[in-house]
Amino acid sequence: MTQVAQAAQAGKAAGVSFPISRHDHQPVSRHDRLPIAALAGLLVAVLVAAAVAAASGPVQIPLSAFPRLLWGAPAPDEALWRNVLLDIRIPRVLFGMLAGAALALTGAVMQALFRNPLAEPGLIGISAGGALGAVGAIVLAGGGFWLLAPAAFAGSLLATALAYALGRRHPGVAGLLLAGIAINTVAGSLIGLLTYVADDVQLRDLTFWSMGSVAGANWRLLAFLGPWILLLSIWLLRQWRVLNALLLGEREAQHLGYAIVAVRRKLVLATALVVGPLVAATGGIAFVGLIVPHLVRLTLGANHRWLLPAGMLAGALALTLADWLARVAIAPAELPIGLVTSLVGGPFFLWLLARGGKS
Amino acid sequence: MSAGGQGGVASARPPAAGPAAGLLARDISVSRGRKPVLRGVSLHLRPGELVALLGANGAGKSTLMAALAGELPVHAGAVALDGRPLGEVSAAAQARRRAVLPQSASLTFDLEVDELVAMGAYPHPGLAPAEVQALAARALDLADAAALRGRRYRELSGGEQQRVQLARVLVQCLGAREPGQARYLLLDEPTASLDPRHQHGLLRAAAGLARSDEVGVLAILHDVNLAARWCDRLVLLADGGVAADGPPDAVLDAQLLQRVYGASVTLLPYPRLPGRPLVLFE
Repeated sequence: MTQVAQAAQAGKAAGVSFPISRHDHQPVSRHDRLPIAALAGLLVAVLVAAAVAAASGPVQIPLSAFPRLLWGAPAPDEALWRNVLLDIRIPRVLFGMLAGAALALTGAVMQALFRNPLAEPGLIGISAGGALGAVGAIVLAGGGFWLLAPAAFAGSLLATALAYALGRRHPGVAGLLLAGIAINTVAGSLIGLLTYVADDVQLRDLTFWSMGSVAGANWRLLAFLGPWILLLSIWLLRQWRVLNALLLGEREAQHLGYAIVAVRRKLVLATALVVGPLVAATGGIAFVGLIVPHLVRLTLGANHRWLLPAGMLAGALALTLADWLARVAIAPAELPIGLVTSLVGGPFFLWLLARGGKS
Repeated sequence: MSAGGQGGVASARPPAAGPAAGLLARDISVSRGRKPVLRGVSLHLRPGELVALLGANGAGKSTLMAALAGELPVHAGAVALDGRPLGEVSAAAQARRRAVLPQSASLTFDLEVDELVAMGAYPHPGLAPAEVQALAARALDLADAAALRGRRYRELSGGEQQRVQLARVLVQCLGAREPGQARYLLLDEPTASLDPRHQHGLLRAAAGLARSDEVGVLAILHDVNLAARWCDRLVLLADGGVAADGPPDAVLDAQLLQRVYGASVTLLPYPRLPGRPLVLFE
């Protein structure tokens, strides 16, 4: 008895001697230095890429002029530079960064949620569902972002739920991909049907969906989508523990204290809330959500504490570079950004499949 | 010895946990699909004891453990955690008191051993990182997995993976800091891919944990002798019911074992330990 009582006493003493401290405020351990250095490096790379992208285009703006264009008094003959930079380039670059970060983040979240390295909003039909919602809104109700966004959200949510249900019924990589093919086909054919009945003005809006673009960026759109996506992203970033737990399996995550049905529902909802409005604004930009988390995992590992923020930065970097490439490759004409990401992403996806879908 | 230990536990704990303390399945019936697997099974796991769950393949061992782990709906009867029905206790609160070692666990994406073991602290957000590291070090020692630190989980052999997973659930179990709080550890075939040295090491660690940290440990085992050597109590399942429940020398009856396992059995005295017979299957 005394031995056990002592143990209980020791437990009590230990309980008292360690004050409660939330481990959200963890000090940096030796183990965390590499990821933190990687995050810092990525942040610098994103800023450099953003500056270069904002400087180049049909009107070349020297980087050295940026400070006085933004904060100082530009020379009278630099008014054009200032207008191009503030009204066109910066919103567009910011929008590309936002879209890239959001796509990479939702890709990483889905891959953990579906326990599948190939889960990605585009591949499994979530973007197509969103596009269908948006196209439906354009053709049947006239369009406008404020109508498109909720319609795209509803389409994304429906597609996510469908992919999840079908993917679970046929476990493994194949089930989810097959579900994605089916959803993409159905959504694609319905979009085709809507295209058929659309008038000329609507058609011009519709072509935009096929490839995706960040050319529609403007400050008003950013003022809504920026806070919306950032707030949801912050919530998603905070889910890193449950996403790690899900790597073990749903049952194991439950044993670690996560009410998995509710968690799953929240994660699917948050993902659709990000992807839906994003698709409404950019159309479908393929492969960013697949490639970026994969590359980050290869270098930093799968711990979502680092994977999610690093993925957001790498996604922002990737889409900034892709959009820059799209604008300068055949200047003064412009490639659709989705074409650039597909040109890089398609072969990468083939390579991934050839390796057996392993990560 | 075990009765004396429990008396001590009861008096050291605040009255709220008192007589109801334990992970208790009372008269539970469970079906998998349309097939009834358990019929009116009762099992009481008390803090501080190491119990082996034995039985032939298909006897319902894993189903009973799944019911105790809150994974399966129970058709009749009830499962209670320290006197409260499982359904009334949140998943988070259950995880602070009960850890479960799955039979085998794959990872969707690769993690480092240290990262995986630290996940055992997720149910205990009050732990500071230094405390988590100390717990992980102790758990890795107990699981004899300290040498695997810094390795990637998927590079490990099956037995090594099992020891790392054990370290993870030990962190979960040891991380509970509420004074006097009973804790439970469910191990589903923990020795399945371990060599003999690690099989004994694991059960020695489990027995030690039960004594020193007031943990109730239930382990599904196939090796009857391993169970008899280390466990305070054996529960023998047969045909979806409890065939025997008691100390090793009471449960290990030649005729009973013969009937349950369908193999002929000879009992021998264990060389050094009275009350822990050796079973020879032929």
